[in-house]
Amino acid sequence: MELQLEYFLLLAAALFCIGIYGLINSRNAVRVLMSIELLLNAVNLNLMAFSNYLDADAKGQVFSVFVITIAAAEAAVGLAIVLAIYRNRDTIDMEQFNLLKW
Amino acid sequence: MNLAEGVQIVSFGILVATTIAAALGVVLLENIVYSAFLLGGVFISMAGLYLLLNADFVAAAQILVYVGAVNVLIIFAIMLVNKNETFKPMKNPWFRKGATALVCVGLFALLGTMVQSTSWAVLDTIEPIPSTALRLGQHFFSDFLLPFELVSVLLLIAMVGAIILARREFIPDLDAEQEFVFTLPERPREPVGAISDSPDDSDS
Repeated sequence: MELQLEYFLLLAAALFCIGIYGLINSRNAVRVLMSIELLLNAVNLNLMAFSNYLDADAKGQVFSVFVITIAAAEAAVGLAIVLAIYRNRDTIDMEQFNLLKW
Repeated sequence: MNLAEGVQIVSFGILVATTIAAALGVVLLENIVYSAFLLGGVFISMAGLYLLLNADFVAAAQILVYVGAVNVLIIFAIMLVNKNETFKPMKNPWFRKGATALVCVGLFALLGTMVQSTSWAVLDTIEPIPSTALRLGQHFFSDFLLPFELVSVLLLIAMVGAIILARREFIPDLDAEQEFVFTLPERPREPVGAISDSPDDSDS
């Protein structure tokens, strides 16, 4: 018995579902950003598992480096947006960011 | 990776347990500072999983970028928006949480059956690449050259955008002679929420 591809895929699926739960249910805006990081990590784990088990040329690692880069950019811009909203609305409750809600 | 199979299985089990537990802690804990530090735990155990998958360079990059940059950035953001506010209770929170949990469990079941029922074309012999950094560099500068350059431009744009978004607006014509106060020269801003909270003067 050795490590199978399915184990990693199941772990990534579990992590993705936990991230979606946090993305929908959290009211703190910073926690929403953390949940997005969880989602990106789950996708990265998928890419890495496929790169190890299905491809001998490490192309999946290239893609996961791209995903890491874009996640860093997303975190920087997202936290800047959270800071700007906090400075304007004086709250970080996601339920009160409803200026564009009809 | 040249480890015995038992060692691989045991370390995979430990990493899975810590990853799932820390991810649940990130989502479910009330104190957001605990969540931020547990997020660092998730990142570190993901790096361990990458090591199990023969990707040493990406594991190091994961620790450098995520734990070193993103997590520190998140902790700084928590410090900057540090406000103990009790959120107003929503109408039926348990219905919302239950529906979301139902959807997430259903999605996990769907993905799990998909993973189990698909016959993956797994390679016969998985031999680790001797130096992944060399191979990644060759990919970056040959067939992934355009995405590589685009990503670097994207990072530059994101950096400039983050600085512009998070910067405070200064008053341009401030005569420094008037009085010497140790405060930041910053324009006082009215919170927008104050308008919507008082409905009696909204139609004036």
